[in-house]
Amino acid sequence: MIKRAVVILFLLGLGSLFIGLMQGYIPDTELNQTGRYYAEHTAQDIGAANIVTAIIVTYRGLDTIGEVTVLFLTAAIVGMLLSRGNHKGKSLQRELPQSGELLTTGSYLLVPLILLLGAYVFINGHLTPGGGFQGGAIVASAILLMLLTDPLRHFSHQLITVIESVSGLLFVSIGVLGIFYAGGFLDNRILPLGEFGSLFSAGAIPIIYSLIGLKVGAEFSSMLVNLSETEDS
Amino acid sequence: MNELLIPTITLLFSVAMIGAAFVAIMVKQVSIAMLAAGLVSLLASVLFLFFAAPDVAMTEAAIGSGLTTFLFFFVLGRVRGDQRD
Repeated sequence: MIKRAVVILFLLGLGSLFIGLMQGYIPDTELNQTGRYYAEHTAQDIGAANIVTAIIVTYRGLDTIGEVTVLFLTAAIVGMLLSRGNHKGKSLQRELPQSGELLTTGSYLLVPLILLLGAYVFINGHLTPGGGFQGGAIVASAILLMLLTDPLRHFSHQLITVIESVSGLLFVSIGVLGIFYAGGFLDNRILPLGEFGSLFSAGAIPIIYSLIGLKVGAEFSSMLVNLSETEDS
Repeated sequence: MNELLIPTITLLFSVAMIGAAFVAIMVKQVSIAMLAAGLVSLLASVLFLFFAAPDVAMTEAAIGSGLTTFLFFFVLGRVRGDQRD
């Protein structure tokens, strides 16, 4: 009873806080200084049609490396915790119920389409909304669908690890190349900017974002595959 | 007309989000709670779309609504399978 009252009091306090914020809220009529700089300079300096991508990959590229590192650490820790007590050969012997006809047939149709959509999203990250993280998550959801259809399906850990490490290594090397051939770490102008709005434009952004997409997809997939292969009994 | 459209939609989706969140914490069956939590993410991603943030909306829809919900079901199936043994 007291617990519930405390919760209700807490919610009321939070609500009144937000109402106070709402009443003092005046919508901006123009962009602030940082926003205006990005909006005015992205098209000519970076050449990316999607300003969000320009900020994520180039202006704040270092933060993106941090994010990818955090995700990598998460995947590594999940793998480390789950691989304990995973005895090969002895595991995966439990009888599983057959997955339905609808799921099996549907996954044959949908998995290639989902993979294609994921690749499209991260290759076109500099032109349309989306990019490496979203595309990687979409690719991982295709892997998830395959796992749901057949939980005993074996995925090569070696392949996932190689994709993950190679794309991470290339990502950082392209960033280092930027120090020598362009303005600084992760500068995208090591390649020609190309025609604004076309697929091969914005310098190194499509390459970097594709690498991020592969890396994120591999990390999520390794987490899912590890979860699926664990058999604690 | 257009002046009123965005606030109306925002209000509608916000109320629906709070409703779904309440369902998620109040309901007894775990599977329905998971679906309701996924619904909160889905409504949030639609709201992000209306606020002209399609990049955030895609992330929310792919990770928050898609991957997390399926992961919950995956783990739920695993936990239930172990209980039956």
